[in-house]
Amino acid sequence: MSRVDLEAVRKRFGALDVIHGVDLAIEDGSFCVFVGPSGCGKSTLLRMIAGLESVSGGTIRIGSRPVNDVEPAARGIGMVFQSYALYPHMTVRGNMGFGLRATGTSRAETERRLQRAAGILQLDSLLDRKPAQLSGGQRQRVAIGRAIMREPEVFLFDEPLSNLDAELRVQMRVEIAGLHRRLGNTMIYVTHDQTEAMTLADRIVVLRGGRVEQTGAPLELYDDPATAFVAGFIGSPRMNFLRGTAEPGGGVAFAGTRATVPWRSGPPAPGTPVQVGIRPEHLRDDGPVRLAVTVEVAEQLGGVSYLYGTTPGAERLVVERRGLAAARAGETVTVGLEPRDLRVFDGEGRRLR
Amino acid sequence: MTSRRPGRGALGLHLTLAPLALLWLMPLWLMVTYATTPEADFLQPGVPLGLGGALADNWAILLAQTPFPRAIANSVATSLIYTACSIVLTSLAGYAFAQFRFFGRGVLFALVVATLTVPYVVVVIPQFVLVARDFHLSNTWAAVVVPPLFNSLGVFFMRQNFMALPKDMLDAARVEGVGELRIFFQIALPLVLPSTAALGIILFLQSWNNYLWPLLVLSRADAQTAPVALGALVGLDRVHWGALMVGAVVMTMPVLAVFVFLQRYFIAGITAGAVK
Repeated sequence: MSRVDLEAVRKRFGALDVIHGVDLAIEDGSFCVFVGPSGCGKSTLLRMIAGLESVSGGTIRIGSRPVNDVEPAARGIGMVFQSYALYPHMTVRGNMGFGLRATGTSRAETERRLQRAAGILQLDSLLDRKPAQLSGGQRQRVAIGRAIMREPEVFLFDEPLSNLDAELRVQMRVEIAGLHRRLGNTMIYVTHDQTEAMTLADRIVVLRGGRVEQTGAPLELYDDPATAFVAGFIGSPRMNFLRGTAEPGGGVAFAGTRATVPWRSGPPAPGTPVQVGIRPEHLRDDGPVRLAVTVEVAEQLGGVSYLYGTTPGAERLVVERRGLAAARAGETVTVGLEPRDLRVFDGEGRRLR
Repeated sequence: MTSRRPGRGALGLHLTLAPLALLWLMPLWLMVTYATTPEADFLQPGVPLGLGGALADNWAILLAQTPFPRAIANSVATSLIYTACSIVLTSLAGYAFAQFRFFGRGVLFALVVATLTVPYVVVVIPQFVLVARDFHLSNTWAAVVVPPLFNSLGVFFMRQNFMALPKDMLDAARVEGVGELRIFFQIALPLVLPSTAALGIILFLQSWNNYLWPLLVLSRADAQTAPVALGALVGLDRVHWGALMVGAVVMTMPVLAVFVFLQRYFIAGITAGAVK
């Protein structure tokens, strides 16, 4: 097992900078998730750790050893690809054993590891099938099994669940979490799905435009986002953002109402334009701050309902309700919230605390 | 799987296609009938639609006038060696162009493709001078096999095939520490096997049917390939048509066999990419 450290890591494709100096310390045995929208550089960063992309600047260390110029196979990593990347002309047994056999591992040792990996992933009955005869979930298990065969120090997952349907994705997510508990290896996992990030990670790294936007435990990012981008990316449905203005005495005026925010490091100057972030689940029936919402669409999902509406200033807003919501389209309802649930950001999206 | 019964539409289709098939098969059939026609009847008016009885006579003339069995053996050997060497070279080159980033790749590939535009007649004389005069390779198998090995169409064809392979799959093998040559032979090449087989058939036919180049470099009778040997039956004062046709039939049979045997791959290779 190993820790992974990135120091001022950069990547340039021709004249285009895609990773702008990333610093990260990934603890031994932790489950670290890189999350961000398409094109944020998360997969590139993972491929750089794997050694499949060269490093244009900075240092990558795996287990305190610099690996910038080390071949992928010598880095002690196992990788699982989004497309599974199985060899279609080989059986499951062939797929899992090919790498070891090709690099001179004995038949007996390969078989021992094969039995272990197959046992962990319940692949025993599938060993003589070819990838085309497997379901998506089974293929992904084989791909994970192939990575386990290498007995790596660090597992790298590149959007492993993106090609699966919703139900299977939930199932595989649970399996991967179980795998991490069982093996205890350092795992680095790339996804654009914030739910996967929230449920799997010990630590989430939110990337945006090739830079680290924020790093932290899942609930830390949810409760205490450093930027409006992180606040909007983590949490589903996404956080509501309303235009507001700082007022004298630490207040903020927004959407036809005002609230006194419990500032930790002093309020912004009165008159400063701000963005007020409110999570849909924080809009309740009661609460000291009252907000009028004209409902446009009410989605009833049974256990939870979503009201899509507008504020008096015609800004869009989503309200989450436990159970069935009584409101119908066209009605105006009043919702309440606690001032401590407001997240305030400046014009550039930086958090004001 | 459900099997479709030919309906009325299929019957109509077959009625239309059958005369066309006959039209295409006719020359082949005439080749067979002429091979059995006595040499004296060749100048008679009309076309012999049925078999004659002179196959043995014509065969005897063929054997008497040419070292035909030796020529066929030469043809088989040179065509097989050429096909094997050419597949290895074109697929290696195509793989490199498709999968590796290296300095000058674009320019180099453009040059390879540009050679397609050079007509063969421009190349043939300098190539002859090089092979026969400078390298003294006349009357050797190398003279027939080596010059056409630079096959830009084959390189282009294999490059396109290898470009269709998912990069992740090859990267997965790299992460496992598998060497590049092993990745090529055990993963990449098996996956493009159908197209490679199609290319193999095309290359084999090219070499098997080649007349001009072997005629230039193979002057000795025991070195000649089958087309060159048959060409010798066309004399200044006399043409042994019957023997020529017997030789043509013998030359056509292995090609037909290969084609029927590998038809599946041949069609698959030609239409590859059309439905993906």
